Amino acid sequence: MKEEKHIMTMLVDNQPGVLSRVVGLFSGKGFNIESLCVAATMDPKVSRITIVTKANPPVIEQIEKQLRKLINVIKLRDMTGPKAVKREMALICVRAKPEFRAEILRIVDIFRCKVIDVGLEHYIIEVTGDEGKLTALLNLLKPMGIKKIARSGALALYREPK
Amino acid sequence: MTGAQILIDVLKDEGVDTIFGFPGGAVIDIYDALSRTDIRHVLVRHEQGAVHAADGFARASGRVGVCLVTSGPGATNTVTGIASAYMDSIPLVVLTGQVPTHLIGNDAFQEVDIVGITRPCTKHNYLVNSTEELGKTIKEAFFLAQSGRPGPVLVDIPKDVANTSIDYTPVKDVRLKSYNPTYSPNMKQLGRIISLVERSKRPVIFAGGGIILSKAAKELTEFAHKAQIPVTTSLMGLGAFPGSDPLSLGMIGMHGTYRANMCTAACDLLISVGVRFDDRVTGKTDAFAAQAKIVHIDIDPTSIRKNIPVSIPVVGDCRVSLQHLNRLIDDVELGNLKEQRKDWFAQIDQWKSTKPLAYNQEDAIKPQYVVEKLWELTKGQAIITTEVGQNQMWAAQYYYFDQPNHFITSGGLGCMGFGLPAAIGAQIARPDKMVIDIAGDGSIQMNIQEMATAVQCCLPIKVVILNNGYLGMVRQWQELFYDRRYTCTSLDHSPDFVKLAEAFGAMGLRATKPEEVESVLSEGLASTQPVIMDFIVEKEEGVYPMVPAGAPITEMLLV
Repeated sequence: MKEEKHIMTMLVDNQPGVLSRVVGLFSGKGFNIESLCVAATMDPKVSRITIVTKANPPVIEQIEKQLRKLINVIKLRDMTGPKAVKREMALICVRAKPEFRAEILRIVDIFRCKVIDVGLEHYIIEVTGDEGKLTALLNLLKPMGIKKIARSGALALYREPK
Repeated sequence: MTGAQILIDVLKDEGVDTIFGFPGGAVIDIYDALSRTDIRHVLVRHEQGAVHAADGFARASGRVGVCLVTSGPGATNTVTGIASAYMDSIPLVVLTGQVPTHLIGNDAFQEVDIVGITRPCTKHNYLVNSTEELGKTIKEAFFLAQSGRPGPVLVDIPKDVANTSIDYTPVKDVRLKSYNPTYSPNMKQLGRIISLVERSKRPVIFAGGGIILSKAAKELTEFAHKAQIPVTTSLMGLGAFPGSDPLSLGMIGMHGTYRANMCTAACDLLISVGVRFDDRVTGKTDAFAAQAKIVHIDIDPTSIRKNIPVSIPVVGDCRVSLQHLNRLIDDVELGNLKEQRKDWFAQIDQWKSTKPLAYNQEDAIKPQYVVEKLWELTKGQAIITTEVGQNQMWAAQYYYFDQPNHFITSGGLGCMGFGLPAAIGAQIARPDKMVIDIAGDGSIQMNIQEMATAVQCCLPIKVVILNNGYLGMVRQWQELFYDRRYTCTSLDHSPDFVKLAEAFGAMGLRATKPEEVESVLSEGLASTQPVIMDFIVEKEEGVYPMVPAGAPITEMLLV
């Protein structure tokens, strides 16, 4: 069976140990975490966890059920598909030799990114977008030499009814 | 009130009358408060024994088992017991002491992160941060342990939480916004089951521990009879359906009966209730009930479609679901179901008569013979606990359980050393009952120290050791699959169990010849003391049928 990428978000009790229950479930059951984001919501008692995972459909079903079974998981939603908006952020430190500086800035412009740090031999670029955009950008920057990269992992929200 | 007093108050409110435990520095305040109540405290000799005893208590009584232990090693010693209860969905509340809150994280004396350690083997667990939270937390623990799919809940109580005084208002209602088990099944799904039952020519019911936990044995028997469907049970489901009923197929799985396994392979409809399709049940999953539409009723959605694809999933309480099914089936004209399934029943009878459970009682005592004699002498009315291994399987095969809550075994975790402490808990829950631990010479040594508990509490439990001088189940695997290389499975230096019993202040008896079995059993069972009966049995007897691990369950090795 083919593996699919799913993005799940859940509202959880904002208490010590809750993240470890969620993550422990993945490692204990042999599920896979591609990325993970956690932060409090407007309600300080509630946090939102966003997890990107990859598995075949029966395993995805198990992951959802097992997460729902955790006492501290209040609500869970599978955000895969067009009904939710997804964004990821990355900070990319790219080698910027004089001959490439103009080209890098053109790419930054096309992708509507920002340069947030400049040195004699590097730029740090801040980029936000979906996974496709980040991958495309990285492919273009790769020939110049990517020194370091920090990616946030995906975030997602369901679209409100229009 | 102090935290310790609040704890006692909630325990009383929850109807707790017995606690299994072992004191220590971090729980000394709780023990002090306990001394001023009428709650009975059973002092075990090892904390693992406390959890197994609470487990046995819970299974024999249908109530929540409670244990109380100290921090650090007291807490870590409970882990095996908790894991066993978790696998078998047994409702327990495990109270552990913890170092004072200001010392947590400092590697203090007898400090351990027991909440972290037990996270994957509890239904839920808590570290109580303040005395204010304590009452509510204990209430929640009891609520979680016994609702939905039951399980063990651990509450870690720091010493300062127990000895701080606060103004206390009892918490009466527990509500958790994220926890709401589904008890009522989807009626449309149940309707689909009924129409499958009408059409099915070769149906089988597969019942598990969920029947016993939801107290649905009566409803299951009613449904099986109304719908004329034979019933096989898992190890955990033994007693959920009377073993002596003509519709009983016996146990399924690796050491299941020939007819149960053949029926499962040949059936066109498998109605599974309160089971989780353990690998010891299914064997090779692709070949399991391959011709059948599979119905799966369970209160835990994660059990459904975890191991086996299912045609009709039903999330709901087993008892509630069977009550509905019994009502729905009344409205249906089922015609003469017996007639419709004549060929099926004839086939089952043929399987039963050609390949029954069997052994030959020759010169040496056969372990099966001991269990069968025990069944005869106790008229099948005793509560049986077991250790794990061959003893467990022979108990399951030859003590034909007719009632729920009478077979108490570590099914999922398969935990040696379970039977003796579980017997202690069961005997305390049911003083009116004969309680017998069927043990092996290996397993019994894992928690033998609890004999002292039995003697101290004057519990007339009986331990039947099927003594073959081996770790028999592993030896059997070595015989069959490792060319008889008996690596580290021979127990040459076991103690003299008769003298050992006497050293504990219990009675010890021994049988070495077949003709002594009945008299030893009779003498032991008649005693009002704890008794160890040591049966020197055939050394290399095997448990059959046996399905090699991972093979289809129809590929049975027979005697």
